[in-house]
Amino acid sequence: MALDQSFVGRAYPPTAPYEVGREKIREFAEAIGDPNPAYVDPDAAKALGHPDVIAPPTFAFAITYKAAGIVIADPELGLDYSRVVHGDQKFAYTRPLRAGDRLTVSSTIESVKTLAGNDILDVRGEVHDETGAHVVTAWTKLVARALDADAGQGTEEGAQGAQDGGA
Amino acid sequence: MAASISYDDVEVGTELPAQSFPVTRATLVRYAGASGDFNPIHWNEKFAREVGLPDVIAHGMFTMASAARVVTDWAGDPAAVVEYGVRFTKPVVVPNDDKGALIEVSAKVAVKLDDKRVRVDLVATSAGQKVLGMARAVVQLS
Repeated sequence: MALDQSFVGRAYPPTAPYEVGREKIREFAEAIGDPNPAYVDPDAAKALGHPDVIAPPTFAFAITYKAAGIVIADPELGLDYSRVVHGDQKFAYTRPLRAGDRLTVSSTIESVKTLAGNDILDVRGEVHDETGAHVVTAWTKLVARALDADAGQGTEEGAQGAQDGGA
Repeated sequence: MAASISYDDVEVGTELPAQSFPVTRATLVRYAGASGDFNPIHWNEKFAREVGLPDVIAHGMFTMASAARVVTDWAGDPAAVVEYGVRFTKPVVVPNDDKGALIEVSAKVAVKLDDKRVRVDLVATSAGQKVLGMARAVVQLS
């Protein structure tokens, strides 16, 4: 099903604040196997000029993808959520996320396309702290695979992103 | 916030120390919990096969996080990474054995930008396949 082009530019209201916790950052850093002390030791982070421990660069995705759920589940958009896979991911940081941040995400649909039966959606998530200052922008390309993509060629590539389509 | 690496000390083509990251099923379970991504294709091979995958696959964001380490370890301060983007091109297939899979990441300076920034291009492979495309980070050097 082709998506409605009129959704390009649609902006969704900011999410409720997500509070970044030291222990959540530690848990995430351990899960990616990264021993960088800036993620777990406040003194090490301070030595680098940060007020508290910072989060690994990709930590932001957990917050922005949750926010993008509003878009994905928008019944008016009509994206087939069960077929959504992750195509591309990009971040642009003003500063790293850090413990104590209270962050909101404002999601906007940047692009809607249908290519070879695949619905392709680009969502931008702007992350701000509680002072309203910009922290990071995340661009996520989501692909709702064509119905006939279940078998044969292309499935691997398509389903590969499905990893991030669920949860 | 900038890296401990000096802009003047790098050239186009400067290689960052390459790294390899082992991934087992246990790694994926732990990442699922920490990230909140519980899609069963990352832990349930029956489900993964039903949707056309060869086996359980790693989270794309896990691969993206692993590749980032080559840059953050080089830079010293992870905050030196001011932009980072990838395309997910092939899955990292993780068999249910003692070895799992290996993600191998290399990177080099591709462009020297203004304001003491460089663009680093990354290559990530697993089982001989490129698993990330257009993997690039912009890094603020000192």
